[in-house]
Amino acid sequence: MTTPGGGLDGFDQRSGLDQRSGLDQRGRADQRVVQVRGEVLSVKRVGAHHLVTLVAPGVAERFRPGGFVTLGLGGPLSGRALPRAFALHRARPTGSYGGTAEIVLTVTEEATRWLAAAPAGTPLDVVGPLGRPFALPKEPVTCVLVGEGADAAPLFALAERLRERGCLVHMVLGADTEAALFGVLEARRATRSVTVATRDGSVGSRGEVAAVLPDLLARTQADVVYAAGSPAVLHGAAVAAEAHGAWSQTLLAPRDVPMPCGTGLCFGCTVPLVGEDGVSRQVRACTEGPVLRGDRVQWERL
Amino acid sequence: MSDLRANLGTDLRHELAGLALATPLLTASGCAGTGRELEPFTDLDESGPIGAFVTRTITLDPLPGPDGPRVVETPSGLLHAVGRQNPGLQGFLATELPWLAQRRVRTVVSIAGGTLAEWAELARRLGTSPGVDAVEVDLSAANREAHGRPYGADTYPTGKVLHVVRRDLPRGVPVLAKLVPESPLVDVARAAVDNGADGLVVGHGPTALALDPDTLVPALAAPAALSGPALRGPALRRVYDVRSALPEVPLVGGGGIGSGADALAFLAAGADAVQVGSVLFRDPGALARIAAELAAELARRDLTLTDVVGLAHRQADPPTPTAPGGLA
Repeated sequence: MTTPGGGLDGFDQRSGLDQRSGLDQRGRADQRVVQVRGEVLSVKRVGAHHLVTLVAPGVAERFRPGGFVTLGLGGPLSGRALPRAFALHRARPTGSYGGTAEIVLTVTEEATRWLAAAPAGTPLDVVGPLGRPFALPKEPVTCVLVGEGADAAPLFALAERLRERGCLVHMVLGADTEAALFGVLEARRATRSVTVATRDGSVGSRGEVAAVLPDLLARTQADVVYAAGSPAVLHGAAVAAEAHGAWSQTLLAPRDVPMPCGTGLCFGCTVPLVGEDGVSRQVRACTEGPVLRGDRVQWERL
Repeated sequence: MSDLRANLGTDLRHELAGLALATPLLTASGCAGTGRELEPFTDLDESGPIGAFVTRTITLDPLPGPDGPRVVETPSGLLHAVGRQNPGLQGFLATELPWLAQRRVRTVVSIAGGTLAEWAELARRLGTSPGVDAVEVDLSAANREAHGRPYGADTYPTGKVLHVVRRDLPRGVPVLAKLVPESPLVDVARAAVDNGADGLVVGHGPTALALDPDTLVPALAAPAALSGPALRGPALRRVYDVRSALPEVPLVGGGGIGSGADALAFLAAGADAVQVGSVLFRDPGALARIAAELAAELARRDLTLTDVVGLAHRQADPPTPTAPGGLA
């Protein structure tokens, strides 16, 4: 594999080496996670999803795309022994309410149902930003960002950072149906091209989102693929990137690799991957990830 | 770094099996990572709320841990099964222990062997490593010389392990025996002490099972133990019973402690120090909060730590302890 444009900033050659993680403090020393009492500022419906804005002072200042927060939920869920992890969509350090952080969720069970219905002012314990964010290229290269449903939410802040570096950004958004897509309008505004795929064919091409990648990568001569979605989508993106000779950076969703604590304490969110030395290891999605090199993850074991 | 204890208004300094602790709060093995993960939330040195850091359990050889889900929530608790994922003794000595020593963290190394020879080697090599303040013997370890039965389930293998570990560690390094609930607890505790344990740890949860609600197969790949508030009552009972039977033996208690009031209860039931575990998953800054709450609880009652340890046993009408040798 070649290194595009002199490599990726923050790209960790040792990514996922549990045995040696003690030697590698990148992403921790400068991370400065905060634990704050936050509150719900607003909940808005966005298609089939909910955009939740939280007041969470201190999180935004340290936010980098790909990072996540854990929320200690309240109400009937306050007795729960574990918090819930959510990928960050955006974070704004200033505003009339102090720093805010945004997450996009799909209501699937009790916790997301409670959060989607939480009135403004509902208090929440927030810990973040957590995790190893997307590595950014040092040079202005061409990037393809591929996301599925609400999992695509973190890609928009990433697209902004990439454009600030002069990168050409193409986006691919997919979902089961048109209603489950997230951010198509914003993507059209913020990126060079947008490709849409739905499984039911209600809009865009019919089928899997990763299926459009081989053509797009060839056409755009992309150097890096950034992916956010289910393991199947991430695996597909990693395979397409590898076939094309591009880097892949894959963001695992907390839904698929649950992060019981989010802070690295419990060793409960491990992902099998192959290190630089060719040895397979279990690494924590919350501290070594949630962004991992797609070519290193052993997807079939997830 | 501010001196937390100076701000508490109550002296939380305490002694355990010859160890001078800044506070009676220990972390529980397997719930505090390698120490690094706690650092953003808690001062780890003696200016902070931690009396001693208990490492995840270290085995002679590295263990990768199982694939798949490892933690599942249950009512007021969680099941935790990481298969003792750890870098092995050599990896631990090369990376995790020096990091803790560098930060002057009082460190209790939790160990698990599968044969007596492994226990001996673990003890021998830890005994020559700087930065080991105490050793916790994890008696839930599977005895490969007895078809995987936990050492702590029976008195004889418990005694053998403690004998070997105590023999191969310097006198100045206290050995704490972490008991398992599925055992004749008091008898095993006695066997541990008779064979050299300097203190006992009562806080391990019972083994537990959760099924995936859709497939109805076990939700976790490895055998799991219960943690969290659901464990608190049973654990408090066990602490009380061990203190009743062995009043002179240094005792560490734990199980579902989430507040200063919880910690106070364990101390009153007879623990000289307590372990704080899975509450850190939801509230990684919990140790400072619990230390402050404990100080406030003591101040409100005008009690010192020494006053409160075992206080429940000095009440007028003590509850009847379970018969020694019974399943506690």
